[in-house]
Amino acid sequence: MTRHTDDGETEEANGPDEKREGVDGPDEKREDADGSTTGAAPSSPAPGVPEAGRDEQPSIFVPDDGEVPEGTPSERPATDGGVESAAGGSDSADLDPDAYDPVDVFPGGDLDLREGADSCYKCTSCDTSCPVAEVDDEFPGPKFQGPEQWRLKRKDDHDIDESITSCSNCMRCDDACPSSVPLSQMHNEARGQFVESQMEKLSREYIRNRILSNYRFFASIASKVPRLANAATKIPGAMKVGEKLLGIAGDREFPDFATQTFREWWKARGGAQVENPDKRVAYFHGCYSNYNTPEVGKAMVRVYEHFGYEVMVPPQKCSGTPMFANGMLKDARRHAETNVENLVEAIGEGADVIASCTSCSLSLRQEYPELFDIHGIEDVSEHTYEALEYLRINEDLEAELAGTELADEQSFAYHAPCHARNQGLDRQAVETFRDVDGVELEDVGDSCSGISGTYGWKEEKYEKSMEIGAEMFEHMEDAEGDVGMTECPTCAMQMEHGTGYEVEHPLQLLEDAVGA
Amino acid sequence: MAIDSDVLVVGGGLAAVTSAVAAAREGADVRLVSHKASTLRQASGLIDALGYVPATEPATPLRDGPPTAGRELDRDEWPDPEGPLADPFEAIDGLPESHPYRILGADALREGLALFDDLAGDAYRGGHTDRNALLPTFGGSVKPTARYPAAAEAGLASDDRPALIVGFRSLTEYDARAFAGRLEAAGVPFDVAGAEVEFAEAFRADAKVTRLAKALDHDEAIDGVPAREALAKAVAPHLHDAVDEAGGVERVERVGFPAFLGDQEGDEVRAELADRLGADVFEIPMGPPSLPGLRLEDRLYDALDDAGVRFETGNPVVGVETAADGRVEAVAVDKKGRETPYGADAFVLATGGLVGKGLDSDREGVREPVFDLHVPQPADRYEWFVDDAFGDQPYARFGVRIGGDGRALNAEGEPEYDNVFAAGGVVGGADAAREKSASGVSLATGIVAGREAATEATQ
Ligand SMILES: Cc1cc2nc3c(=O)[nH]c(=O)nc-3n(C[C@H](O)[C@H](O)[C@H](O)COP(=O)(O)OP(=O)(O)OC[C@H]3O[C@@H](n4cnc5c(N)ncnc54)[C@H](O)[C@@H]3O)c2cc1C
Ligand code: SF4
Ligand code: SF4
Repeated sequence: MTRHTDDGETEEANGPDEKREGVDGPDEKREDADGSTTGAAPSSPAPGVPEAGRDEQPSIFVPDDGEVPEGTPSERPATDGGVESAAGGSDSADLDPDAYDPVDVFPGGDLDLREGADSCYKCTSCDTSCPVAEVDDEFPGPKFQGPEQWRLKRKDDHDIDESITSCSNCMRCDDACPSSVPLSQMHNEARGQFVESQMEKLSREYIRNRILSNYRFFASIASKVPRLANAATKIPGAMKVGEKLLGIAGDREFPDFATQTFREWWKARGGAQVENPDKRVAYFHGCYSNYNTPEVGKAMVRVYEHFGYEVMVPPQKCSGTPMFANGMLKDARRHAETNVENLVEAIGEGADVIASCTSCSLSLRQEYPELFDIHGIEDVSEHTYEALEYLRINEDLEAELAGTELADEQSFAYHAPCHARNQGLDRQAVETFRDVDGVELEDVGDSCSGISGTYGWKEEKYEKSMEIGAEMFEHMEDAEGDVGMTECPTCAMQMEHGTGYEVEHPLQLLEDAVGA
Repeated sequence: MAIDSDVLVVGGGLAAVTSAVAAAREGADVRLVSHKASTLRQASGLIDALGYVPATEPATPLRDGPPTAGRELDRDEWPDPEGPLADPFEAIDGLPESHPYRILGADALREGLALFDDLAGDAYRGGHTDRNALLPTFGGSVKPTARYPAAAEAGLASDDRPALIVGFRSLTEYDARAFAGRLEAAGVPFDVAGAEVEFAEAFRADAKVTRLAKALDHDEAIDGVPAREALAKAVAPHLHDAVDEAGGVERVERVGFPAFLGDQEGDEVRAELADRLGADVFEIPMGPPSLPGLRLEDRLYDALDDAGVRFETGNPVVGVETAADGRVEAVAVDKKGRETPYGADAFVLATGGLVGKGLDSDREGVREPVFDLHVPQPADRYEWFVDDAFGDQPYARFGVRIGGDGRALNAEGEPEYDNVFAAGGVVGGADAAREKSASGVSLATGIVAGREAATEATQ
C-alpha cells in the first residue's frame, strides 16, 4: 500500500517505516480523508479545515495484541491483572522496578495520530496557553511535544525528548487548540513511550514517579494506621529525607489521612439509605476522597440521597490520572481494567457514574477511551459525569437553590481546576451558588494552580509549580473570602499550601445549602 | 429541561461575546457555550471595521470553463481594491448588497463599535472618531483599523515622531531592520530605524511570548539584572540609530517592541521602560501568538461575567435536539461522548467561518453543522475559486445568510426558524480578509443578533 503525502513535511516524516505498513485500518481511512481535503483542486486555496481532530481518534494503548516490533522487549504477563477489593489489597509487586514489565508500547498498537498531527496549522494557541512554558525555560511547549515531535518520531531512530516529563498533563493546550489536535493524547503516549523505553528503571526519578503515581497504594497502607502515618509525615526532617532520597519536594506538607475512610464510613452506615431503581448513580470517589477527605464523599452521598438517588459504591481503583502524568501507562491500564469491569456492572443496573474529582471524571470520560481498548470502556466514558454537572443536568438545581439561605455568611475564593475547564465545568460552581443568599463565590481567575497532580510534588519542579501558582495565590488573597473552594484535591493542596486557607469542595457547600 | 436559558449563544469569539452581552443588556438570561477557548487569543487584538473595498468584478471578463491550475496568471485582471479607507462608514455603500453591513446598515456597525468601546474601556483607543487609524503591523505593512490597544497607541503611523523598532536576535521571526525598511518604503511620515538587541538570549531559543511577558510582569532577574532594566539597557545604545532626511542622526522619541511587554502588568511594564528610555513605548500587534489577543479575551470574558452571562467552554454544540412549529427548542451539547440538551427560547449561532469551524466543507460542499442552515454556494466546486489569488474568491464570502433582524434565512430568503439568529464569521457576504472587516462584521452582526434574540425570547 502506498501512502498519500500532501506536503514535504509529512513525506519526510513518513520516511521508510516498515512497521507501520502492516497497520491497515487507520491508513486506509486516511486515504479518503486526504483525498477529500486536498485532492480536488490542488492549486486552489482549499477552504477545507484539517480533517481529523480529537473527535475521531482511535484508542492507542493496546498492549494485549499487535506485533511486537524489533528492539522493544517482548511481552510478559502483567504482574497484577487481578480484580481486588477496593479497600486495599497488595500492589507491592507493582512498585518493584524489577517486577515491572516493559510492554510493547505503541509501535505495535493500532494508533495513528498522524491525521491529528497534520491538522495542526501552527497557530501556537496551545503554546500561549501552557502554564509550564510560561515559567520553564527548558520546556519547549505543547506544539513541539505534540504534533512536531510526532512527525519527528516517525523517523525510526528518533528518541522522545526528555522534556516530555516536564509536561504536567493539565490539558490546557487541548482546550486552546482550534483544530482539535489531540495534544494531550499525544503527550500521554509520548510520555508512556519515554518511560518505557528511555527511562532508567532503577533511577531515583523513576522510582519516585512510580511512588507518586501509585499514591493509592501508599494511601491504602497509611490509612490503616492513619495517626501513625500523619505523625510520621510531620516528624521534623522526615520530608527532607524524602527529598534527599527520592526527590519529593520537602517543602510540601503531606496530606492528612482520615481516621475513617469513606468506604469504612459507607460500610458503617449500612450502605445506601435510599433505594430507587429509576434514579441510580455509581459513585467513583477516587483515592483522595476515600483516604484523605471522606467529608467530600459523605457530602456527595447526602446530597444525592436528598435528591432521591440510590447511591452505589462499586469496588474501584485509581482513575489513572497521576499515572498518565508520569507515563506509567501500564499501571494505569491495570487499574482501568478493575474500574471498567465494576462500573460497567453498575451501568448495567441502570446507574450513571458520578465522580466528585474533576480529574477522575476527565480520565474516565476522555483518557480511558483514548488510551485503552478495554471491553465496555466506551460505555463507562459515555455514562460518566462530574457530581455537580449531573445534578445541573438532571435536577432543577436553580429552583432548588433560589431563595435558600446559609446560616453563616461565607465567602469563598474559588479556583477552577484545569481539568474542569477541559470538560466545560469551570464556571459551574460560581453559577450554581450565585443565587444562594449568604454565599459569595469569587472566581480567582483562570490561571493554573501549578500543582497538576504529582508535578508539584517533584523536588525539581517545586519552584516552577509555586511560580505557576503565584497568580492564583495573589488572587486568592485579594478575594474577600478566606476559605478556598475547588473540585480537585491536588489543587486544594496547592491552595492550602500557598495561602494557608482551608479548602472545601462545592459538594460540601451544596450539602449545607440544600440542608441534606 | 434542566439546562435552560432565554438566549443560548453558540460560539466563543468576538461575535459570540458581543451578542451575549447585547442580549443580557436587554434583560435576557443568557448562556454561552463555546467548544474551544476563545479564538480571540489568536487574533492580533486590532478591531478592523472596513479598511478596503475590494473589486468584485474583474477588469476584463473571466475566462469561461474550469480554472487553469498552475497556468501563468495575469495579475492585472483585477482592479486594485479601494483603500486604505479613511472612513469605513462612508464606504459601506460601495460594498455588495449581500454584505452584512449593507443588510444591517451602517448604524449596526456604529452601535457594535460603541458596545465594544464600553466593554474594552481604557484598554482601547480609536473610539473618539469614525475614521480609521493607520497602525504598523508585524509584516511591516500599515493597516487601517477602527480600534487598537492603548499599548499600540504611540506607534500610530500618522504620528511624525522618529521611531526605533526593536527586534531580538534570538527571535528570528521578528526582523526589526527589515520591518523598519518596509515601513519606510510604505512612505510613513517619520524617520525609523530597526535594531536587533540582546535580551531574549537569556531565554531558550524558541521561548514563548508568554514566557517573556511573565518575566517582565514579575521583573524576574535576567543574569542578575531585573528584566525591565535589562531590556532598557539593551535598547538604550540604539536610541540614536534613526537618521533624518538630511543625514543627521536623531534621538528617537518612541520605541516599538513586539507585543510581549507584560501580560497582567502591561501598563506598568511600558511605563517603566518609557521612563528608563526617555521615549514613548509601544507594542506592535502581531499574531498568533498574541498577547494583545489574550488580554482582550480576558477583558471581554470579565465583561461577560459582569453582565451576568453564564458561559462554558470545552464542549461543542453538535446539532438541534428538538424543534417544533418552526422553532428550535433545544440543541445538543456533546459532553465527551454524551449528548446533553440545552434549551432556550432563542439561539444565536456565532461559530465562525471556515477556519473557526462554524462552516464545514467536504467534496459535497459547504455546510453549517449545528443548525444545518442554508449556505448558498455554486453547485460546481470549480466556481468556488477564481484563478487569481488576489481576485474575488467566491468561497471567501460563503456563509449563512441573514435578514435585517439577524435571523438566519433559508434558500427562499425566509427565516429558517423563528428563533435562530446568526452573527460573525459564520455569516456570509463579507470577504473579511481582503476588506479588513472581520471584527467589525462580528460586532455589527453580534449586537443585532443579540438584541433581536433577547426580544424574541422575552416577548
Ligand atoms: C489568527 C487570527 C488573526 C486575526 N486578526 C484580526 C485582525 O487583525 N483584525 C480583525 O478585525 N480581526 C482579526 N481576526 C478575526 C476576529 O478575531 C474573529 O475571528 C472574527 O471577527 C470572527 O469572529 P467570530 O466570533 O465570528 O468567530 P471565531 O473567532 O472564528 O470564533 C468561533 C468560536 O466558535 C466556537 N465554535 C465553533 N464551533 C462550535 C460548536 N459547534 N459549538 C460551540 N462552539 C463552537 C469556537 O470554539 C470559537 O470559539 C483574527 C482572527 C484570527 C484567527
Ligand atoms: S498538558 Fe498542560 S503542561 Fe502539558 S503541554 Fe499541555 S498545556 Fe503544557
Ligand atoms: S493550537 Fe492546535 S493547531 Fe495551533 S499550533 Fe497548537 S496543535 Fe497546532
